Amino acid sequence: MPRAKSARRQQIERAVLYPLDWLEERSGLIGGVKYFIFRKVPQDIGWPQTLGSATLTAFIVQAVTGAILAMYYKPHPETAYESIRYITNDLTLGWLVRGMHRWGASVFIILMFFHMARVFLYGAYKYPRELNWIIGVLLLALGMFEGFTGYLLPWDQTSYWASVVGININGTAPFLGPFLAQFLQGGAEIGADTISRFYALHMLLLPGALFALIGLHLYLVIRLGVTSPPWSPEAAGRDRAEVAPTTNGRAGLVRPGSRGGLTRTGVRK
Amino acid sequence: MEPPAGQHRPHAPPPSLWPVGFAVGIAVLLTGVILGWVVVAIGALLTAIFGFLWVRDVTGGLRTVPDVEPERREVAPPAAPIRADEGGAGMVASSESEIERFPRSKFLEGATLGLGAAIGGVVTAPVLGFAVLPAFRGGEHEEVDVGAVDDFPEKEWMITTFRLDPDLGDVTARTAYVRNNGMLDGRPSFTIVSNRCVHLGCPVQPNGPAEDKGTQFDNKGRPNQVIRVPTKPAGFGCPCHGGQYDTEGNPTAGPPVRALDRFEFSIRGGRLFIGKPYSVGGVRGEAADAVIRRYDHVLPGVHVEGPSALMYPLEPPR
Ligand code: HEM
Ligand code: FES
Repeated sequence: MPRAKSARRQQIERAVLYPLDWLEERSGLIGGVKYFIFRKVPQDIGWPQTLGSATLTAFIVQAVTGAILAMYYKPHPETAYESIRYITNDLTLGWLVRGMHRWGASVFIILMFFHMARVFLYGAYKYPRELNWIIGVLLLALGMFEGFTGYLLPWDQTSYWASVVGININGTAPFLGPFLAQFLQGGAEIGADTISRFYALHMLLLPGALFALIGLHLYLVIRLGVTSPPWSPEAAGRDRAEVAPTTNGRAGLVRPGSRGGLTRTGVRK
Repeated sequence: MEPPAGQHRPHAPPPSLWPVGFAVGIAVLLTGVILGWVVVAIGALLTAIFGFLWVRDVTGGLRTVPDVEPERREVAPPAAPIRADEGGAGMVASSESEIERFPRSKFLEGATLGLGAAIGGVVTAPVLGFAVLPAFRGGEHEEVDVGAVDDFPEKEWMITTFRLDPDLGDVTARTAYVRNNGMLDGRPSFTIVSNRCVHLGCPVQPNGPAEDKGTQFDNKGRPNQVIRVPTKPAGFGCPCHGGQYDTEGNPTAGPPVRALDRFEFSIRGGRLFIGKPYSVGGVRGEAADAVIRRYDHVLPGVHVEGPSALMYPLEPPR
């Protein structure tokens, strides 16, 4: 039973909604965010479908901690190891941020594989989502390349020789392998150019490409919707539930239940 | 349940087993690169057959002529001319002949796209060149002085660490195992083996005792440019994946694909200079009598002999 709102409550509501309306009128962003948050998903999805978002979260953690590490890290053969030592031992909370970035890198890669396994086992790569699988493969390759270039940066014995071995593994690829290896190490020998090159790739080029591809990936996820699990009782190609047209972009965002809202609406039978 | 009208059915291709055969063919082909030519041929044959069957399967729908009447578009009869002083004269419906001409809008569209592409190309080409080309130039180093010939006692091994480029410092440090073989036909002979494993480039270690401390000396006014440590190896071993070599650098066990690289050397004013590296297929004989199958310097892991060498036909410029 709806109750009349107190004058004070109405006042507060108006004050909160005013900036949202202002933004919505000029950009349509509120409606866009609402479309994203309250879009329909199949009734019978569960935790496995959160692995993609978990991967995204891990990526964002890497981006943030990486940007902060870059404030103190010095990519040069004479200074790299010392700056890492300084971050780990001397800087306040440096050990924590470096630890998050280092362990988070593994978490990111592992989550990517779990997410990929989910998509594979659910058959979610099939028509019309093949393109999103292909983008996913590119994301996987770029993500692992990100890990490879990052591993060299501490410039200690492990990272140096692991990178030597990694570059030379690329060099053993038939035909163009030696060219690839020489490009990676930035010369005939691994040296001062290698570390700045790996740093630029690790810091700028690869994260930028990852950002762009994740954007495309999510665009396709939203456009195509999430796949029902293979055991779902719903037939493929069923009718979509009617969506009540929204007249007001903000409706439902701050007042759940007025239209659409936070309830998970199933498909009508 | 019938899908409602207008609803697209998933039109994935029907399942097919040919890709499995295709994949097996490729696997056999690649295995053949290691095992021998017969296996390569079998693999290529399997790949070709299954590839053909697969393509035929997938394109089946495209090769049959569809049973649908082609769509036609009627061309409207040319509109009656409108006098220039009447309204609408500027918007005469285009006749077919006019469309075939090259209208201004089309030119502008092409010009915009073309100009954009040209600007993009002009910006991208030098940037790409800058990213790629420097890696393939300027790889030459001067010869490096590693000490007086008399500092290398005859028939003794010295672990010799030097800087390829003193200006760049420690990052150019390289290590070679140097043995003075004495005189050969009146000229000094040295064996100078690189310590870079030819599996994937880890530093090989001497299998035998090395003294704790070596002698260090400066070069070109910079301290500790060269370090020499005497050792008595029975061969060399790699810590990374267990590759083993004899004292001439021939692989005896593990994954290495050729013999250890060597360095050229020269002697000037009684001092030993280490020069360019080169790769070695194998060595027969020992010390001063060694017969070396020499190749241009290539990366670790690259085959220089046998069928596998065919996979590396081009060498990057340095
Ligand atoms: C940077 C790494 C990645 C991020 C941030 C990411 C993010 C996401 C998110 C948030 C979703 C929607 C929710 C879900 O299904 O979990 C999704 C779906 C999907 N992802 Fe990824 N993903 C990544 C890598 C990959 C990889 C490596 C693959 C496969 C090679 C892949 C293939 C797919 C496919 C096919 C879907 C659609 C699934 C469906 O509609 O049910 N993604 N991704
Ligand atoms: S790098 Fe020496 S055995 Fe692998």
